Amino acid sequence: MAPTQLHILAIGRNAEIMTVMQRLLNAPDNWTGVTATTDEAAKAAFEKEAFDIVLLCAGISPEEEATLTAYFKQHSPAIIVKRHYGGGSGLLKNEILYALENR
Amino acid sequence: MAKAVLHKAATRGHADHGWLNSHHTFSFANYYNPERMQFGALRVLNDDIVAGGRGFDAHPHDNMEIISIPLQGALEHKDNLGNTVITKAGEIQVMSTGTGVFHSEYNANTDIPAHFLQIWLFPNQLNVAPRYDQVTIDTESKPNHLQQLISPDPSGAGTWLYQDAWFHMGRFDKNSETSYEVKKQGNGVYFFVIKGKFVINGQELDNSDGYGVKDTNHFTIVSQEEDAQLLVIDVPLFS
Repeated sequence: MAPTQLHILAIGRNAEIMTVMQRLLNAPDNWTGVTATTDEAAKAAFEKEAFDIVLLCAGISPEEEATLTAYFKQHSPAIIVKRHYGGGSGLLKNEILYALENR
Repeated sequence: MAKAVLHKAATRGHADHGWLNSHHTFSFANYYNPERMQFGALRVLNDDIVAGGRGFDAHPHDNMEIISIPLQGALEHKDNLGNTVITKAGEIQVMSTGTGVFHSEYNANTDIPAHFLQIWLFPNQLNVAPRYDQVTIDTESKPNHLQQLISPDPSGAGTWLYQDAWFHMGRFDKNSETSYEVKKQGNGVYFFVIKGKFVINGQELDNSDGYGVKDTNHFTIVSQEEDAQLLVIDVPLFS
């Protein structure tokens, strides 16, 4: 069962795309989102707030993905950490729904 | 019995926004079907009709290989790589979005709809430098033949993209027969009927049906109508 409210952290290196992601993540009534372009900013946000999902977006290398995933899972084993492809609204909603159903 | 998925046209997701009438073979935007997330690397196959003078405003993409195939009318493409291009029926465009691209796609005509296929593949490399390419396709002068549109090879026929994927398209006379061999061991093949009817390895397909086959290397394709059109997408399977 999907939670009624979702708090989502998105990390990516492309600042312009992350601005769009910020808007998309806060558009649905039951979603709130925070975006970061550096690992440090993402970790700082993660330590302050309780997130349900972390999205790894454009510019995150596979090595960085592994390191970040390990960090988030270590601090919150139930967290969903998922690479987000596409950078926009086309895939965002249904990929989050799919991740929640298959967590 | 082949491991296959049949996506009948009427079972696709549908969104009518007035200016955009879109059918989604796979989950997209507000259409969510967990049984239809992808076929291997093939993640999006949207059959879009855009009203005259209307279109998609500038929006971003990253780490996706995006292919647009106009079937009727023309699209005006603009992106932040500096491209302003018209792509019309008989041409295709490919964007490797990599680290990120902003683009808009508008119907280049005000008086007729633009009908096009919008196809997204997961890439085989992340965070590549974005690129745009456009090529002309000629399915008219060589009917009853699958023409290669896209491959992974920059020196191959058509254009290329960052995935071990091949796209072919063809126009066929009624009762004409051709064959297709998988291009890479382990790939699956997704057939999409652009127009008409086909029988592929015994499976009947109607207009706008999709048929993905995961464990077969050789296909016999028979057209059941005059001027039938078929798109063949040969992609890696992830599971």
